[in-house]
Amino acid sequence: MQMEATIAQSVSEKVKTSGAEAVIRSLLAEKVDLLFGYPGGAIMPVYDALFHYQQALKHVLTRHEQGAIHAAQGYARATGKVGVVMATSGPGATNLITGIADAMIDSTPLVCITGQVGSHLLGTDAFQETDIISISMPCTKWNFQVTKAEEIPAALAKAFYIAQSGRPGPVLIDITKDAQFGEVEFEYSPCQNVRSYKPEPPINPEAIEQAAELINSAKRPFVLFGQGVILGQAEEEFKSFIEKTGIPAASTLLGLSALPTDHPLNVGMLGMHGNYGPNKLTNECDVLIAIGMRFDDRVTGDLSRYAVQAKVIHLDIDPSEINKNVKVQVPVLGNCKETLKHLTQAVKRKSHQAWLEQFRAYDQIEHEQVIEPELKPLGPELTMGEVIRQVNELARGEAILVTDVGQHQMVACRYTHFKQTKSNITSGGLGTMGFCLPAALGAKLGTPDREVVAVIGDGGFQMTLQELGTIFQTKAAVKIIILNNSFLGMVRQWQQLFFDKRYSSTEMVNPDFVKIAEGYGIKGRSIKQRSQLKEAVAEMLDHKESYLLEVHVGKEDNVFPMVPTGASVSDVRLS
Amino acid sequence: MCKDFTITVFTEDHIGLLNRITSVFTRRHLNIESLNTSESQIPGIHRFTIVLNTTEEIVQKIVLQLEKQVEVIKAVYHLDEETVFQEITLFKVSVEQAAQHNLVERLIRDKNARILSVEQDFMIIEKTGHKAENDDLLEFLRPFGLIDYVKSGRVSLIKPDEELKNLHELVNEAKQANNNQSFN
Ligand SMILES: Cc1ncc(C[n+]2csc(CCOP(=O)(O)OP(=O)(O)O)c2C)c(N)n1
Repeated sequence: MQMEATIAQSVSEKVKTSGAEAVIRSLLAEKVDLLFGYPGGAIMPVYDALFHYQQALKHVLTRHEQGAIHAAQGYARATGKVGVVMATSGPGATNLITGIADAMIDSTPLVCITGQVGSHLLGTDAFQETDIISISMPCTKWNFQVTKAEEIPAALAKAFYIAQSGRPGPVLIDITKDAQFGEVEFEYSPCQNVRSYKPEPPINPEAIEQAAELINSAKRPFVLFGQGVILGQAEEEFKSFIEKTGIPAASTLLGLSALPTDHPLNVGMLGMHGNYGPNKLTNECDVLIAIGMRFDDRVTGDLSRYAVQAKVIHLDIDPSEINKNVKVQVPVLGNCKETLKHLTQAVKRKSHQAWLEQFRAYDQIEHEQVIEPELKPLGPELTMGEVIRQVNELARGEAILVTDVGQHQMVACRYTHFKQTKSNITSGGLGTMGFCLPAALGAKLGTPDREVVAVIGDGGFQMTLQELGTIFQTKAAVKIIILNNSFLGMVRQWQQLFFDKRYSSTEMVNPDFVKIAEGYGIKGRSIKQRSQLKEAVAEMLDHKESYLLEVHVGKEDNVFPMVPTGASVSDVRLS
Repeated sequence: MCKDFTITVFTEDHIGLLNRITSVFTRRHLNIESLNTSESQIPGIHRFTIVLNTTEEIVQKIVLQLEKQVEVIKAVYHLDEETVFQEITLFKVSVEQAAQHNLVERLIRDKNARILSVEQDFMIIEKTGHKAENDDLLEFLRPFGLIDYVKSGRVSLIKPDEELKNLHELVNEAKQANNNQSFN
């Protein structure tokens, strides 16, 4: 009770506090109730202040700062809220960098708080001093060093505002130790404006009109949608738009789950290991409508042979995305939740049945040549695809799928049928191995009512497996599947296809993963046989606590379709 | 086709911003020809003048990336003919040699340079102009006991007034919206 009174006070009343307590009070004022981190000398005052607020603000002690930041990313992606991370100076701060870069390229809202040596020691090579402001500059949306206690509330208010407005991203606030010890008249007012920063460009009605005209007269229009639809909370607006116009829509890796996989207009996934139809037909559409996506090179393949025949409409919140990779005829700037509403009003109701059939015809080919053999293999070895499909079926498509990076990631994203939004969490832009396990932990803690399934390769698992300790301690019921092919599979696939099978440093001699799980008090099981699959997956899903299932899969299986690097999307290979 | 573009960037006056600005160029492996920073006519707002030799396509992207930075208020680019610009070169020349070759008069009359200071052994000459003129003087002085020289970055003012008017409006608008906020 008393605690609640203090919290209410923290938001409304002016009180004298330490800088460290001001950090905690600011987080509470931003309605943060969970953060991830790792203590150390330069952030100890804040950890000490946290001690008194444990009821209101839960801190998850991960086993590595990289684990903390990936957990915060998983939390942010599953909940749509800002993920908060705390670390000490020097190595604590530098251990965050991979996650910061990952959040930057995947537009994930994060506030990272790092401790820093006392301001009188700045620049002296003091113990655990590192210039984290300079190091993080190119991979943060904004960063700021606080050297006085009284700057803390406003700096954090600005950090939260910048992290989640416009195109979201990671923000870092570095707080010197003397600022944490210093005194401040604490008062918090959320930030609503930064004069040099325009998070949402104004909507241009002319652009909407031009886009509508192009769409209305298009014969073979094609929609590409990305994470922007999810970040803009525009899933409904997006669905209305494609349903009214009858335009087939394909998703980027990060756009997955913004539209149910089984929606009649959803024609699959784009990209290097995306579906056959969307890749092939990109080069046959007459109008390409890109929504909240950024034409990543893994989506476009060779740009000089990418949709050159098409007129391109690009809806994005970030003006610097326009014409960055693909020349655009009609840029539609703004939050797609708004622009899609306007656009839907301006377009004619239509259907493109014959054009849609073309996608379905390619689906048929992909089905026969790739999907059937993956899901109903003739050989004795389990394939990644059948494991994923089994999990998807038994979880009724309702689980949040968190993946690492590699073959298992592509297979998991290809073979999962998503029903609801924010159900696919993966490291897309940076392709960070080691992302999955901590991200799954963060996702589970953020959405305890949802099933969270982590699908990881044997390689990536060993990059952050220490977070089993955090899963154990927090009792987060994360379901972990290791798809073990005893190889760094994706690299091995490239070596097979493009380096004459010279398997240079990709084979792994692995430990007993089930025993490792056991050591952390996590139940585990390892299977090899098809006959065990359904029952083992059911056991995992039925288990109330965290569970680790290792599945041995074919060592040298490959992921197809594939657009080889440098090839055109329409040169997508099926084998 | 590569040309010289002058990029003018208006920003908040915050620590580290120079780093953020230059990293936009570094990332794309672009070499900055010259860079100058100063206050601007709007109090509290800083002005960068950056010269880049590149294609228009690249400079367009760079300007958008610059504007994307939270503390950048506005970034624009111009061709030489749209701006009035100058650079300064200072030369240190041996007094003895200058006297021998009767340089002083020629410098002032033909080359439009100024003598800033005369010491016992050397004198300092200033030349303000476009890069080509300054370099021309450099070549002229080389044979005559040139001891040292230094060049400044370009400073430039944009001819079309429109953009600056917009900038003023932008700042005023933001200031009003910002009034209830102590920190920015
Ligand atoms: C941190 C990091 N290091 C290296 C890579 C390069 N890489 C991409 S996929 C891959 C292999 C992943 O192997 P594994 O985790 O076993 O998954 P699989 O491909 O076998 O499913 C590697 C090494 C990466 N993406 N991230």
